[in-house]
Amino acid sequence: MSWSLVVALAVGAYLCKLTGLVLIGPRRLPAVVARCLALVPAALITALVVKDTFSTGNDLVLDARAAGVAAAGVAAWRRAPLLVVIAVGAGVTVLVRRVA
Amino acid sequence: MVDGGTGSSTREVVVASLVLGAAVGVFGVTFGVGAVAAGGSVAQACVMSLLVFTGASQLSAVSVVGAGGSTASALGGALILAARNGVYGLTLAPRLAGRLPVRLVAAQLVLDETTAMATAQPDARRQRTAFWATGVAVYVCWNLGTALGALAGTAIDPQAFGLDAAFPAAYLAMVVPHLRHPTGRRAGIAGGVICLVLIPVTPIGVPILCASAAVLLGVPAPRHAGDVPFDEGTAGVP
Repeated sequence: MSWSLVVALAVGAYLCKLTGLVLIGPRRLPAVVARCLALVPAALITALVVKDTFSTGNDLVLDARAAGVAAAGVAAWRRAPLLVVIAVGAGVTVLVRRVA
Repeated sequence: MVDGGTGSSTREVVVASLVLGAAVGVFGVTFGVGAVAAGGSVAQACVMSLLVFTGASQLSAVSVVGAGGSTASALGGALILAARNGVYGLTLAPRLAGRLPVRLVAAQLVLDETTAMATAQPDARRQRTAFWATGVAVYVCWNLGTALGALAGTAIDPQAFGLDAAFPAAYLAMVVPHLRHPTGRRAGIAGGVICLVLIPVTPIGVPILCASAAVLLGVPAPRHAGDVPFDEGTAGVP
């Protein structure tokens, strides 16, 4: 791993954050843009859940994680605290992995 | 705790932030281990976590380098992943209005975790509390974890503790308040499906970015007031 990669990534990543939060963000946005932005967490975080649950690299996989995350989903939907949701997700995944 | 529907106290918000920070710390350990395994030095791993500070980008850069990829390809994939923080910044900006120096610091803390925690809160005050508490907790824990993992090097298997499922579980807990609203639910389903379809056919990082197309479901004006997930916050109200 090269230091140039570390430095370039540091600069690029900060510029990404800066662009949204400081350069464009504070302007008053048209209502339609505001409505779309309100959906960003729902769309992107759900996509993160899907990626972390059903994939390894470029491969779609169905393994113990699916069971764990499904159980965590039930806990989350029933308004369990964050720690409980994480514990259920990790715990069920380990159990299924041991059994399988 | 991370429940947008009911009134959680400031203390509950902070506790949830610390819990999340601790989970991220464990994730940081796996990054540290991975960075050293991919041929990085302990210093490189630590500097990356201090300055880049966005886990998915760091992991993708390290995994490309570890697999023998070039610096350019490692950088490209990692920056594509980092681009979503720009979108998060747009969402967070109205909630984090303030003096420029403060916002320059806040920018470094714009992440999946801080966005999810902040947007899950029902009002502006708790949104700011959640952002800063989560941001600081995650920053400290992520960097401690990275250092620990890089120094330990090997002998830590995240799968043995189900840690690979801990993150999707945590994200799920944070996105659920958004999925309780009809429009949010449609956007979530669309984002998830886009991601799933693209995973086998596009470079790592691209599916998540493309999932943001699902926000276009917000283009039609809502027929009912309750159709848009919470916040007037994004409409320019501080």
